[in-house]
Amino acid sequence: MNPASTQNLSNLKPGETALISNIDADNSLFHRLAALGFRNGKRVELVRCASFNGPLHVRIGSTDIILRRTEASRIQVQTS
Amino acid sequence: MKRIGLLGMPNTGKSTLFNRLSGASARVGNWPGITVDLMSAKILIGGHIAELIDLPGLYDLHGYSDDEQVVRHFLCNNTIDLVMIVANSAQIDRQLSLALQIRALGLPCILLLNMSDEAKRAGITINTEEMSFKLNMPVVQISAKYGDRCPDALKAASLVLSKQKQHVDAEKISKQLQQDSNIEAEMEAIVEATVQMPMQLGDDLTNRIDKVLLHPWLGLPIFFAAMYILFQFIFNAGKPLQDGIAWLLAIFRTNALEPLLLNAPTWLSGLLLDGVYNGLGTVAAFIPIIVLFFLIMTMVEDSGYLSRAAFLVDALMAKMGLDGRGFVMVLMGFGCNVPALMGTRVMRSKNMRLLTMLVIPLSLCSARLQVFLFMTATLFTASQAPLVLFALYLVSFITIFITAMLFKNQYPNSEPFILELPPYRFPTGRQIWLRGWQEVKYFLSRASKFITIGVILVWALTHFPLDAAPASSATLAGKIGDCFSVVLNPIGIDSQLAITLIFGFVAKEIVIGALAVIYGLQGDALMHLMAQKLDWVQGMSFMLFTLIYTPCLSTIITLKNEAKSWAFAMLSIIWSLMLAWIVSFVFYQSARWLGF
Repeated sequence: MNPASTQNLSNLKPGETALISNIDADNSLFHRLAALGFRNGKRVELVRCASFNGPLHVRIGSTDIILRRTEASRIQVQTS
Repeated sequence: MKRIGLLGMPNTGKSTLFNRLSGASARVGNWPGITVDLMSAKILIGGHIAELIDLPGLYDLHGYSDDEQVVRHFLCNNTIDLVMIVANSAQIDRQLSLALQIRALGLPCILLLNMSDEAKRAGITINTEEMSFKLNMPVVQISAKYGDRCPDALKAASLVLSKQKQHVDAEKISKQLQQDSNIEAEMEAIVEATVQMPMQLGDDLTNRIDKVLLHPWLGLPIFFAAMYILFQFIFNAGKPLQDGIAWLLAIFRTNALEPLLLNAPTWLSGLLLDGVYNGLGTVAAFIPIIVLFFLIMTMVEDSGYLSRAAFLVDALMAKMGLDGRGFVMVLMGFGCNVPALMGTRVMRSKNMRLLTMLVIPLSLCSARLQVFLFMTATLFTASQAPLVLFALYLVSFITIFITAMLFKNQYPNSEPFILELPPYRFPTGRQIWLRGWQEVKYFLSRASKFITIGVILVWALTHFPLDAAPASSATLAGKIGDCFSVVLNPIGIDSQLAITLIFGFVAKEIVIGALAVIYGLQGDALMHLMAQKLDWVQGMSFMLFTLIYTPCLSTIITLKNEAKSWAFAMLSIIWSLMLAWIVSFVFYQSARWLGF
């Protein structure tokens, strides 16, 4: 088994899932992410990426969310 | 009268519930402490009349978005007797936080778990009794879309209201709001005890549709094809309806109004018929387009496709300081600017909305297309005309791009781009009709007065003094045209075309009619004369100016209403006039310099 590795949510590949390990965002972004279910320890799946370096489509719990890469790069995830 | 606030996260069906409870009786009102309009309605609850207010969707009571601030200001400045919290049953595991935040404020509240139909399909069961006990507030599971158990919700609300003896002081709320509370643990504990969710979540049908509609290569072509079809539908179905209204108005005019005013002085019948009545006709012409536009937009929005469109085109728009939803509205602006401006309300960040509203009037709408079709047919050969039209569309896109790039720093967007992708849903016919009706009511109540005044003003300019021939150079409009000859000559626009531009300020639909009045000719004869009087460089310069300067009075009034600022409407007028002049000047002078 590989050791757990930490990376940005924006670096996941479509179809991969990971656990959120850290959210490094300012207050306004942090509140919004928390309200949508982004919390430490939650499982998140990268469903797909838009063409031309566009936003990411992620799934967390029962919610599908799109967010830009700049915002996704504030979220650290752990893959096993 | 008791006051009830409806509050919930975005995409919980809050507005659907509001429409369900209020019927079509809702009206827009102003409230102390906030600058945006909120819908409110009087509803019958437990034998008493209460006022129900639809508050903007918010994720977090302590959040920083424009909408979240609006809700906070509302709660701090208005006493409220009950908060109805609306949550999506299927997402209760994260939405419960809002109910806990409201409860912490000490406001009397009830929790409505909406979309019970979807939760049932997804296999989610919620023990509402247990949840009600743990939260210490009534909890009712409802479906606002189909009306299931909505009467029970009202009953629960009236029980809380009747127990409530005194108002909760708004000042107390304002103090409470400053304290943050840690509610995450409590939320998890309650969800753990009362909610059962299946392991496998996610709507399978939605996943399969998304695989096609959000496909890396197919997604964008499908989006553009869908937009094109919707666009064609709105304006192909709208045209006969508009023509029908114009026909009815004309019949009423010739058969009732004109005989009635037969003995009135010419100026009076002119003022009433060409001023006031035509003004009302200008307003009426927009009704079919607005209804159709919002019928389609409600379907696109409520089905969940609008957020997906945002996903597809965001990469192209982010550089311009706009987002994907703004792009859809700009595209719609190519049909008609007025509903497109109204449609920007889906954008919740004020600055991004203003930037989008600044660029929409630059999109080549169908009214301007009429002018260009006439002019290109007059001045160009059949093989050149399509190229000229294509060039005009290109110029339209370029001016949108330039404007967005220049102004994006003036309207910096601080809100993160994070949107929910709701599962695909079919809106009910009732939802669609209510929306169309509400938007038309809003447009009529806000715009008809100013538009009519504007039409009367232009009528006066082109008919005074009374002894001058209408729209001739001896009228006030002609004098104004002369005054501006210093700036209009360098772009090849003579005084007669200048009068046309004054007409065009009201609506581009009447530009050709104005030319007919000015030259005293119609149809082929008018084309013939214009082809003799104008060369193609002049004509092109006139078309470029017409494309870019103020689209029409209705757009200006809508811009002012939506932005709630005359200053913003003025900025739009001045900027577009400047840009129009510069583009025409550069084109005209370089064409002349090159020897054309």
